[in-house]
Amino acid sequence: MKIEILGMGCPKCKQLYANVQDALKAAGKEAEVVKVEDLAKITEYAVMTTPALVIDGQVKSAGKLLSAQDIEKLL
Amino acid sequence: MKESQKFALMGAAFFACFYLPVELLPFQGPVFEALALVRWYAREHVLLCLVPAFFIAGAISVFVSQASVIKYFGAKANKILAYSVASVSGTILAVCSCTVLPLFSGIYKRGAGLGPATAFLYSGPAINVLAIIMTARILGWELGLARAIGAVLFSVVIGLLMHLIFIKEERARKAEGELFAGEIEEPRALWQNGLYFFAMVAFLVFANWARPQQEDSGAWATIFAAKWYLSAGFLIMIAVMLFKWFKKGEVMEWTQSSWTFAKQIMPLLLIGVLVAGFLLGRPGQEGLIPSGIIAKAVGGNSLLSNFFASIVGAFMYFATLTEVPILQGLIGAGMGKGPALALLLAGPALSLPNMLVIRGVMGTKKTIVYVSLVVVMATLSGIIFGSISG
Repeated sequence: MKIEILGMGCPKCKQLYANVQDALKAAGKEAEVVKVEDLAKITEYAVMTTPALVIDGQVKSAGKLLSAQDIEKLL
Repeated sequence: MKESQKFALMGAAFFACFYLPVELLPFQGPVFEALALVRWYAREHVLLCLVPAFFIAGAISVFVSQASVIKYFGAKANKILAYSVASVSGTILAVCSCTVLPLFSGIYKRGAGLGPATAFLYSGPAINVLAIIMTARILGWELGLARAIGAVLFSVVIGLLMHLIFIKEERARKAEGELFAGEIEEPRALWQNGLYFFAMVAFLVFANWARPQQEDSGAWATIFAAKWYLSAGFLIMIAVMLFKWFKKGEVMEWTQSSWTFAKQIMPLLLIGVLVAGFLLGRPGQEGLIPSGIIAKAVGGNSLLSNFFASIVGAFMYFATLTEVPILQGLIGAGMGKGPALALLLAGPALSLPNMLVIRGVMGTKKTIVYVSLVVVMATLSGIIFGSISG
């Protein structure tokens, strides 16, 4: 599984990264977690508001800071 | 550090600033001015103005469905509608600086195109709700209103000009793909959200109702006498609405998001106020930079001082809201009203770092045209405002 966090380094994006780590730990799953900070790449996903969460190339949420529990449900 | 610890730390810092015994300092000069200005902000602006403003900004980011706004920026969207929405939606979408650039890039490449994208890029940072509240509160409502109106009007003009200048490319360009706006959830009716925001803004307005001048009488003075009853009334209204219409999770999310704004902005604002006080002093006092130099560079309302203010504003980076104390210092030191507006219109919309990002999105040529348009527009609006307000 590949998880991408889209965001140009704002505080919410960093928090989302931490929440994803927590969610993975809680679910006992392994995944490749990548931060995407390049604006051109973010736009390629058609995401307009950051932070956004992408799992295996699928945009799961945009413009929202998901909690670790929310992320666990998406995994 | 835990959130509760951060909150305690911020509270302690606030009380320290509030009770700062500046009278006891054995010296005058820049350091004294910096500390005195910090205390003035802590006493006059934090509790009744900034804190409610954080809650309003937090409510906007949680309760207003951003997706329902973003859909107006799609490739097939009505163009007139796209421009109008772009010029005002900064109030809703740009409460956090990290949303402006992705939205701009998205509207440009996948949505309604260059015109609406630049319109949003220009107006977004200038009309975010925190910036307008602070500008109106500290620099006067005329400047706050001029900032909002100027940003909205000129964003449409700049967007249209960009579209016309690059019309060949725009015609050839085909927006690829769709926009991912996110799901639209509306747990409440529009009027319920509207009433809720109205009550919050009304509380902010009445709680900050200024003491009337001696010659003032009538409505202004009557409202001033009743201001605490009015404010309390609206506060109760907010509480009732929260209890009746909102889920518990939503209220939690609201508090959290307001807290995030406070955490993000307060430290920067403190530094901004310290620097402004140190360099420029409080109004009527002098800091490190002599007032004469400022009055010479940006005093009055000449073309040159307006232009100078626009250029400086365009290249300098202002952290969120710090433009307000800096401008307060500059005005106190003799800056004209016109150049002040010019700086407000060119400043937050542009900075050297964000020019580099914009250049990465739309190329060098368009960026140069955009920056020139912003500088020219800001200069013009400064001259117009300066001659109206005298």
